[in-house]
Amino acid sequence: MINYALELGQTAKPEAVLFYILAPLTVAAAIGMLVVKKAVHSAILLAWVMVTLAIFYIAQDAAFLGIVQIVVYTGAVMMLFLFILMLVGVDSSESLTETIKGLRWIAITASVGFGGLLISLLGRASLGRTTTGLVDANSNGNVEGLAQLIFSDYVWPFEVISALLITAAVGAMVLAHHERTVKRVSQREQSQARFRSGSLAAAAGLPGPGVFALHNAVDVPALLPDGTPAPTSISATLKARGDMLDSAQYQLDNNDNAAEDK
Amino acid sequence: MNSANYLYLSALLFTIGAVGVVIRRNAIVVFMCVELMLNAANLSFVTFSRINGNLDGQVVAFFTMVVAACEVVVGLAIIVTIYRSRRSASVDDANLLKR
Repeated sequence: MINYALELGQTAKPEAVLFYILAPLTVAAAIGMLVVKKAVHSAILLAWVMVTLAIFYIAQDAAFLGIVQIVVYTGAVMMLFLFILMLVGVDSSESLTETIKGLRWIAITASVGFGGLLISLLGRASLGRTTTGLVDANSNGNVEGLAQLIFSDYVWPFEVISALLITAAVGAMVLAHHERTVKRVSQREQSQARFRSGSLAAAAGLPGPGVFALHNAVDVPALLPDGTPAPTSISATLKARGDMLDSAQYQLDNNDNAAEDK
Repeated sequence: MNSANYLYLSALLFTIGAVGVVIRRNAIVVFMCVELMLNAANLSFVTFSRINGNLDGQVVAFFTMVVAACEVVVGLAIIVTIYRSRRSASVDDANLLKR
């Protein structure tokens, strides 16, 4: 697969086909990242951009970087992003309304100018020079060539980078560390508080969710012996999200009536 | 095919990432746009490495990847910390210095 991709990269025409198919898709996904509302969709589109970039790396004789791109970016970094998204709450999607008036148009106008400047500069930087290609540099293999450079010319930056990695790991741990400000309530104390709360109704603990035999799910409040639903039986998160179903529709006599009506 | 096409693509992706940083309000999406800009810069490093015929550009791109990984770890930890105290991941809500 990699050998095939490398061959594809070294011959001119297939690479052009690859580029002209994948580049518009990459740009479309990048623009889509800006306009979609949900952060999760942005993350998926960014993962696609990263995969296509890995393909471009492999096509440009950078096999090692292509693989590292997939492993590090789409593997580790994107998973970290999704993990944090789930932690912070998937439905915390922002509204796309602008807080500063006219910011969007100013940003787009400025970026058109910036992009034009960048493209004209980069075009100048490469024009008038024929592409040397990496056939000579990669003659001993791409990984070997990179290793030769990293452990000779770039050994000092390499060690500094390792220090940076350790610092980042420690920093993340320090930042994410959470000191408890109040003492954790133990099970025994909770039990004592239930008995001393005045009413003995909650002494046995809260009822479990679900209407037995008809809809035994976490989103339906349980029915108490007198037939009223018990809102304490379902999670407060479900209630806040509005995912709570009405347990009356699963009551036995209600169901019989519905069947008769039909 | 002219290698400059890759440079144009990388400039375009960098610009799109910059726009995203400015117009999006969700801190995580802003962060993803920063990642996009770093990736675009990497693409031009790899392309220049190919144009010049030596591997230095690829080594620098490799270092950029490591720095990006560090940046993501610390940045997301900061976002989680802010979320814990402010209950929001919007960049507009982190305005403690303004008051």
